[in-house]
Amino acid sequence: MTEIALFGAIEIGLVYALVAIGVYLSFRILDFPDLTVDGSFPLGAAVCAVLLISGVNPWLASLAAGLAGAAAGLVTATLNVRFKILHLLASILTMIALFSVNLRVMGRPNVALLMQDTVLTPFYGLGLPEHIVRPLVVGIIVAAVVALLARFLASEFGLAMRATGVNARMARAQGVNTDAHVYAGIALSNGLTGLAGALFAQTNGFADVTTGIGTIVVGLAAVIVGETVLPARALALALIGCVAGSILYRLAVQVALSADSIGLQASDLNLVTAVLVAVALILPRLKSRAKSRTARSARAAE
Amino acid sequence: MSFTRLLCAAAALAAFVGPLAAPVPALAQGKTVAITAIVQHPALDATRDGVVEALKDAGFVQGRNLKVEYQSAQGNPATAAQIARQFAGSRPDVIVPISTPSAQAVAAATRDLPVVFTAVTDPVSAQLVRSMDKPGANITGLSDMAPVAEHVALIREILPQARRIGVLYNPGEPNSVVLVKALKDEAAKAGLTVVEASVPKSSDAQPAVRSLVGKADAVYIPLDNTVVSALESVIAVGRQAKLPIFSADTDSVARGTAASIGFDYFQVGKQTGAIVARVLKGEKPGDVPVALAKGTDLFVNPKSAAAMGITLPDAVVKRATKVVGE
Repeated sequence: MTEIALFGAIEIGLVYALVAIGVYLSFRILDFPDLTVDGSFPLGAAVCAVLLISGVNPWLASLAAGLAGAAAGLVTATLNVRFKILHLLASILTMIALFSVNLRVMGRPNVALLMQDTVLTPFYGLGLPEHIVRPLVVGIIVAAVVALLARFLASEFGLAMRATGVNARMARAQGVNTDAHVYAGIALSNGLTGLAGALFAQTNGFADVTTGIGTIVVGLAAVIVGETVLPARALALALIGCVAGSILYRLAVQVALSADSIGLQASDLNLVTAVLVAVALILPRLKSRAKSRTARSARAAE
Repeated sequence: MSFTRLLCAAAALAAFVGPLAAPVPALAQGKTVAITAIVQHPALDATRDGVVEALKDAGFVQGRNLKVEYQSAQGNPATAAQIARQFAGSRPDVIVPISTPSAQAVAAATRDLPVVFTAVTDPVSAQLVRSMDKPGANITGLSDMAPVAEHVALIREILPQARRIGVLYNPGEPNSVVLVKALKDEAAKAGLTVVEASVPKSSDAQPAVRSLVGKADAVYIPLDNTVVSALESVIAVGRQAKLPIFSADTDSVARGTAASIGFDYFQVGKQTGAIVARVLKGEKPGDVPVALAKGTDLFVNPKSAAAMGITLPDAVVKRATKVVGE
């Protein structure tokens, strides 16, 4: 793997780490399977791109992208909480609606940013090569998000949100307004995804309506890989696990991209990626089973 | 604890990465061309094969003095971005991205490696190049903008007495706006006038084409999703009012437009491959103007044309790639 490819994988892994953290919030903390992210990711990219070409400051544009994602999350949460539509279906409705919304926002299917200033532009002048600058800047943003989120989830509001996901009825009995926490959690989750979309558009030079496809799959895979390699009780570690999972997923894709040297074709990419991730998931389990077996036979020998 | 597991997984991955990802050794004196497409489908695959074929014609034979790497992003833009970075790192002699998002990802990933894009409709608005004539920088390529000039020439050949071309399009579709502007330029050169009728939604297509009856001698439909989705209602009016309908895409000919010239994407690939060969031989991409794909497939529908009150000249039918409705 060349240095540029390696840092490229880390960079894209870091961008999608925000999606993974968002998915962790919805799936794991709130127990709310939310497919909105397939729409809020390109929404963030679209909002950011359109603001950038009309001359808005890149940081403000990225913030607006996050807010747009959060608004999309609120729509899903409203459909579910207020109108009692099944969470999965509510999120699918928002997701398909967002495709049209994104086309409207951009006015065309693809908005180019190759010649626009982005949040990265000021850092390119520091003398480091671009392929190092990009993961560095994205990494700092992700680190800030992890730190803020860890504090938030340890706050009273955050604890109540976690209680909502674990046992909503019990949480309500304790006086927790569970509806408010679903609204806040899903908004936060999609806000992070929108921010990821904005960063993706800025690091890759374009926003395209198709950028959302498969976002949920990538996010979920990152969460699960993260949980496997970093099975942590502490919440901050779990968030770091999401980041690690996302980067490992991208490294797996990178390996799959190089698999033609063992006779695999470009069309086998998705299969190879899936197999690599599956192996990463199975290996630790096999290891722990082997450990318990040796422990058992040791006991039997006594 | 968990850190050993992390290390374990990292080691496992490294074990995969090591042998697989060692940079491919360049062939002695040979060149490497890295091709990537956003998805695999017949038109894009034919484009890739055309590139390789044209390189062979130019003396770069795969396996002898040329290595071709190919990656498809399988529809996933994040993978497209990762492929772009992989290519930027493995430093091939030319990178050939097929489709707009792939080209933008590659352009974002490298500012020094030669890039020859293809199957991009509007490279200027995609910000790949600053202008078609002088791309500058490290990028040039080929645009598959519909061959409007050839369309106008075809309409004039079939209807020499036509003076006014009607055009149906949705002003909300950027692609159509670009095509209508091109149509006006080409029509003006040919001494024709263009009569516009806007179709904001599919249900407006029929009234719009009716409004052209008596105001236009022929109707041209650009690659407009709104109008093409209501194509049958437009053709019905064309038959009732004996108003010939032409389309920018060859697929619509089977649905009843009189004729169209469209791209054979293998030829698009060959035209691109010729540019790649120039770059491999030492020309700077920034000095090579962006080429426009030439239409090579002529589709005609004589039956439908007759229903619209016109006879297709034998010369046109004879050279057609495909005659629909026989």
